[in-house]
Amino acid sequence: MNYLAIRALIRNDLRIYMTDRRAMMIGVLVPILIAAFFGYVFGGNGSAEAGKIPIAVVDEDDSDVSRAIAADLAAEPLLAMQALDRTEAERRVRGGKVQVAAIIPKNFGGDATRALFSGQTKPQVELLIDPSQAMSSRVVEGLLAQHGMQEITKEAFSGASDGSGPAAGLQRGLSMPYVVATTKMTSAQKVPYSSYAHSFAGMTTQFILLAGIDAAIVLLLTRERGLWQRLRSAPLSKTQFLLARTLATTLVGLFQFVLIYAAAIGVFGVRIGGSVIGFAAIAVALCLLNATFGLMLASIGRSAAATRGIAVIATLLLVMVGGAWVPSFIFPKWLQQVSLATPTRWAVDGLDAMTWRSLGLDAALPPILVLSGSALLCLAIAIWQFRWEE
Amino acid sequence: MLSISHLQKRFGERVAVDDVSFEVRAGETIGLLGPNGAGKTTTLSMMSGIARPDGGSVSFDGQIVHQDANHLKMRVGLVPQDLALYDELSAWANLELFGGLYGLAGARLATRADDALRLVGLADRRRDRVKEFSGGMKRRLNIAGALLHDPELVLLDEPTVGVDPQSRNAIFENLEELKRRGKTLVYTTHYMEEAERLCDRIVIIDHGKVIANDTVHGLYRRLPASRVVALEFDGATATDAVLAGLGALTGICAVQRTAAGVRVEMEDFGTPLARALEIIAGAGLRVASLETGRTSLEDVFIALTGHALRDGAKADAS
Repeated sequence: MNYLAIRALIRNDLRIYMTDRRAMMIGVLVPILIAAFFGYVFGGNGSAEAGKIPIAVVDEDDSDVSRAIAADLAAEPLLAMQALDRTEAERRVRGGKVQVAAIIPKNFGGDATRALFSGQTKPQVELLIDPSQAMSSRVVEGLLAQHGMQEITKEAFSGASDGSGPAAGLQRGLSMPYVVATTKMTSAQKVPYSSYAHSFAGMTTQFILLAGIDAAIVLLLTRERGLWQRLRSAPLSKTQFLLARTLATTLVGLFQFVLIYAAAIGVFGVRIGGSVIGFAAIAVALCLLNATFGLMLASIGRSAAATRGIAVIATLLLVMVGGAWVPSFIFPKWLQQVSLATPTRWAVDGLDAMTWRSLGLDAALPPILVLSGSALLCLAIAIWQFRWEE
Repeated sequence: MLSISHLQKRFGERVAVDDVSFEVRAGETIGLLGPNGAGKTTTLSMMSGIARPDGGSVSFDGQIVHQDANHLKMRVGLVPQDLALYDELSAWANLELFGGLYGLAGARLATRADDALRLVGLADRRRDRVKEFSGGMKRRLNIAGALLHDPELVLLDEPTVGVDPQSRNAIFENLEELKRRGKTLVYTTHYMEEAERLCDRIVIIDHGKVIANDTVHGLYRRLPASRVVALEFDGATATDAVLAGLGALTGICAVQRTAAGVRVEMEDFGTPLARALEIIAGAGLRVASLETGRTSLEDVFIALTGHALRDGAKADAS
C-alpha cells in the first residue's frame, strides 16, 4: 500500500480545510451556538432564572379562602400571576399573553369547605387555557389543587364554617372539594387548536428567511461575474436595482409562503380563523422583510463566501431567539424580552394570531408594523451600504 | 464621438490607468491592445460609465460620461469579458432581460432580439438554455446581449477569449458585419492578429499608460524592418562570422540565431535577401527551408515596450 500517497492526500485535505478559516469557524461556532442556546433554554447549569408561566386569577369570590389561594399562586416561583377580571383574563388568554386563567366562582370558599367533607355541591373552578400551552395548564391545575386543598383544609379545620365540624367530616372521609372545568380559548370557537399551526408559522418564517439569504448570495455571486458589468452598463440606478431585487425576492417569498400554507391548510388542517386580510398582510410584510434582510447582508458582505457565514449565524440567531424552533415561553425571562426585539418572534406570533388564535385585524397590526419597519430599516442600510460605483 | 482625456484610476496603491488619452471617431474600430493587467478593462469600464475615473474624463459627443451616465448608456453597448449570461435561462430569456434593462418591450424587443440572434447566427437556438451552448456560442450570445438597444458605440472586452478558431472566425464575421452597419467599435485584446484584422487604429497600453496610438500601417512604420526571413540549414549552424556578415549588409535590420538556422529582419525582400543568400552559400551552408513573412505587431509591441505581449508570444513568433 502506498502510505506516502495516503499521507499526502490527508495532509492536502487538512491544508485545504485550514485554508478556509471562515468555513472552519462557522463549522465550529455554529454547533457551539446552538448547543449553548438549547442547553441554556432547557435549564443550563441551574443558575439561570427559568421562565415563569404567565397566569391570571379571577377572584369572583373574594373570600378568605380564595384570597389565600391567589396569594399562594402569586408566591409560586413557577408562576407569574396577575389578578384580572374575567373579560380581561379571557382577552389575554386568547391573545397568548396569559397561558392559563383560573376563575374562582362566587361562594367558592364556603362551598368548597363544605364539599371537602360532604363531597356534595362542589363549586366549579374554570380554567381558561391557551390551547398551545397544554403543559402549562397541567402545571397550573396541579398547583391550584395543591394550594386549594391546603387553604380549604386550613379553613375547614379552623372551624369557621357551618355546623358540620371537621371531626364529623373526617369520619365520612375527605373528597376533592371542587371540580375543574377547562375551556380552550380561541377567538372563534369553531376553530380548533392545531399544533401544526404554530409549527408551520415557525418553519415558514425560517425558510422564507433562508430564501432571502439565498437571494443575497445570488446577488453577490452576480457581482463576481460578467453579469454585474452588464447590469451596471445599463441605464439603471442603484435604487431601481435594489427595488427590483426587493420586489422579486418578496414575490418569490410569497410564492413559497402560499405553497407552504396551502399544504398546511389542505393536508394538516391549519385554519385561518382570524383576519384573512391580517394574515395576508403579515405574509407580505414577512416576505418584504426577508428580501430586504437579504439585501442588507449582500450590502454588508464583501463576497458570497463571507456573507454566507454571516447569514448562517444571523439566521440561526433570529430563528432560535424568535421562537421558531421552540416556543418562546420556555425561554428565561430576559430572553423572552430579547426575543421581542427580533422580527421573527413577531412574525411567528402574528401568524399564530391569525390562524388558530383566530384574532382580528387589530391583532395583526403590531406584527405588520414591526415587520414592515424592520424591512424599511434593512432597506435603508442596504441602500446606504450597497457598493454601486466601482 | 468619444474623447478619453487624461484618464486615471487607482485601486489602493496600484495605478491601473495612468493618464490615458485617445479619441474614438464615429464608425471607427479601435483596438485597445496590451498584455493582461495593462489597464484595458479598467479603461473600458470607465468608458462605459461603470467605473468612475479618479482623474481625467470620458466624454461622449461633448458630454462627460460619469455625469450623465444613464442617458449616455443608452448609446453604448458593453460586451463584458466574463460571460454575462444566465446559464439556466434560454437565449431568448436572456435577451428579454437585457432588452428590458434598456426599456425595450413587446414587439420592439422581439424584433431587436430576433435581429441580434440572426446577426450572431443563433436564431435557431433561441429557445435552448445557455448551459447547453458551446463556449463559442455563449461568446456570440454575449455579444448579442449588448446590441439589443441598437447602440452607436459597442465596447467589446476580449470577446474571443477562450474560444476555438472556428468560433473566433464566426465572431470576427459578426464584428465585421457591425462595422459594415456603421457601428463604432472599441475592442480590447491581447491577440495581435485580431487587432490587425479588425481595427482601423490601435491604442497600445502597457502598465496603464498609452504607449502608441496609430493605424496598423503607422505602427509598422515604427519598425526599421518590415520583412522577415527564417532560414533553416541542413545539419550545420551559422557561425558568428556568417551572422556578422549578414548583419553588415545594407538593408538588413537584425539577425538572430535560431535552433536550426537564422532569422533575418530586413527592410524589403529585394537586394538584401539576394546578398544574404550569397553569404550563406559562400559559407558552405545548405538551406533546408526558407520562410518569408512580415514583421508582426508583436515585434512592434516588443520594440515599444521591451517585453512580449503574452507569455511565450516571442517564442511563438520566432
